[in-house]
Amino acid sequence: MKLTLKIWRQKNANAQGTFESHQVEADEHMSFLEMLDVLNEDLVSQKKEPVSFEHDCREGICGTCNLVIDGRPHGPNQGTTTCQLHMRHFKNGDTITIEPWRANAFPIIKDLVVDRTAFDRIIQSGGYVAVNTGQAQDGNAIPIEKDQSGEAFDAATCIGCGACVAACPNASAMLFVSAKVSHLDLLPQGKVESAKRVQQMVNQMDAEGFGNCTNTGACEADCPKEIQLTNIARLNRLYTSSMFSTSKKY
Amino acid sequence: MNWLTHFFTSSIGKKIIMSLTGLFLIIFLLVHLIGNLQLLYNDGGKAFNLYAKFMTTNPLIKLSSYLLYAGILLHAIQGMVLWSQNRKAKGRKYEVYNSTTTSFASRHMGWLGVIITAFLILHLVQFWAKMKFGTVDMITIDGMEVKDLYSVVLFTFKNPIYVVVYLISMLVIGNHLNHGFSSTFQSLGLNHKKYTPLIKKIGVAYSFIIPAAYAAIPLIMYFTK
Ligand code: HEM
Ligand code: SF4
Ligand code: FES
Repeated sequence: MKLTLKIWRQKNANAQGTFESHQVEADEHMSFLEMLDVLNEDLVSQKKEPVSFEHDCREGICGTCNLVIDGRPHGPNQGTTTCQLHMRHFKNGDTITIEPWRANAFPIIKDLVVDRTAFDRIIQSGGYVAVNTGQAQDGNAIPIEKDQSGEAFDAATCIGCGACVAACPNASAMLFVSAKVSHLDLLPQGKVESAKRVQQMVNQMDAEGFGNCTNTGACEADCPKEIQLTNIARLNRLYTSSMFSTSKKY
Repeated sequence: MNWLTHFFTSSIGKKIIMSLTGLFLIIFLLVHLIGNLQLLYNDGGKAFNLYAKFMTTNPLIKLSSYLLYAGILLHAIQGMVLWSQNRKAKGRKYEVYNSTTTSFASRHMGWLGVIITAFLILHLVQFWAKMKFGTVDMITIDGMEVKDLYSVVLFTFKNPIYVVVYLISMLVIGNHLNHGFSSTFQSLGLNHKKYTPLIKKIGVAYSFIIPAAYAAIPLIMYFTK
């Protein structure tokens, strides 16, 4: 299949970017990233600068293959990452527009690669459970309800890709932060640091310059792991109640 | 920073302000509607004028009206602040625009709010300011001298331009509520599969029925009074 790609090119963070058009010959069995590999091989053989894009696992678990494809983060399919998107979902002769995540808190490094260290700083601010190292604990030592562990697990599937921020018209990071807060808060081990965690993570999220949630639901629709808005409601609940119920301010 | 200031200036606290003031305005819309439906009685405005007199003189109503002014101002100012912060946080927009995953109303709360503000100013100048600072003819009902606000309203709604302006404004408020109603509950942390589907249904019904009932007032007065 013959495709026209309209790709965002930008030399570095401060450079003025533009769209560049390229033709590529792809196979319908290729993944989207393999199709971009073909393009880059063409570009290299013509002694042109290849397109920078991020990727690592190519199996939907690392959260780096972040592209906005025809206006949708991770492309048109529900619940998949860009690396899991296959060219059979496109037609011969299609023009595909490929853009980087757009959010001031995710500055562009080059072409389609953005700097997502804001997420790392949010995790560092409280997205963990502090334990004394020692003997490995018995996994069943603390009983937990099945539906609660299920919910915690669902939230824990967030891969930190940032598609929620990219999809959000306000560049809000609420879905990501709520997934991280929920997955720890729903477990007894995480409950211990609940107030500290939620306050510090929200403080950091605000300091990074993400927008405010307006409940549009764009994040949920484009999240490759189908993290739900109920997590954001839980974050609102936990943050508000912790601010009104703890004497210590974090 | 004091903890309360910290809370209300955090991204979540700002949304709590929006949702509490929004919820207050939702309830106000219903109360205001019930009073104003008296315009449709076939009594030459008697019931409505007595109601208007009560609304402008009762001290408890006065107190709640100040609450209302404060609520609207807070909602509007906070809404505009959030709107501008959010546009800045997004920065550059996408070349290809995707509108399939979000509702029209949810994407345009800011613009809808601006139109509602314009409508509110017109509405207050036409009736509230006239009643408070302007000259309104007096009539006697059951031996009591009251201002004839009914005739002011009737005169206004005999002008087809105002009828159209009010109809459009109700459409805008309906849209604002279509997203706002269920959004309020999400902001307050109330979202569960046990009751959220019901809240959504009530929200859709409310955002249709209330503005439609409001819109009926100028329409009926224009055509039948
Ligand atoms: C009839 C009067 C109004 C009612 C009943 C109303 C109701 C609501 C409700 C229920 C929400 C949802 C709050 C939430 O998501 O937590 C909302 C949001 C909003 N309203 Fe209003 N509103 C009214 C007038 C206005 C006015 C006059 C403005 C602005 C000038 C305005 C601007 C906004 C904005 C920008 C939002 C979105 C805020 C956000 O989600 O961040 N509204 N409104
Ligand atoms: S919530 Fe979904 S979209 Fe957001 S970072 Fe996690 S996996 Fe990606
Ligand atoms: S490359 Fe790892 S999720 Fe796509």
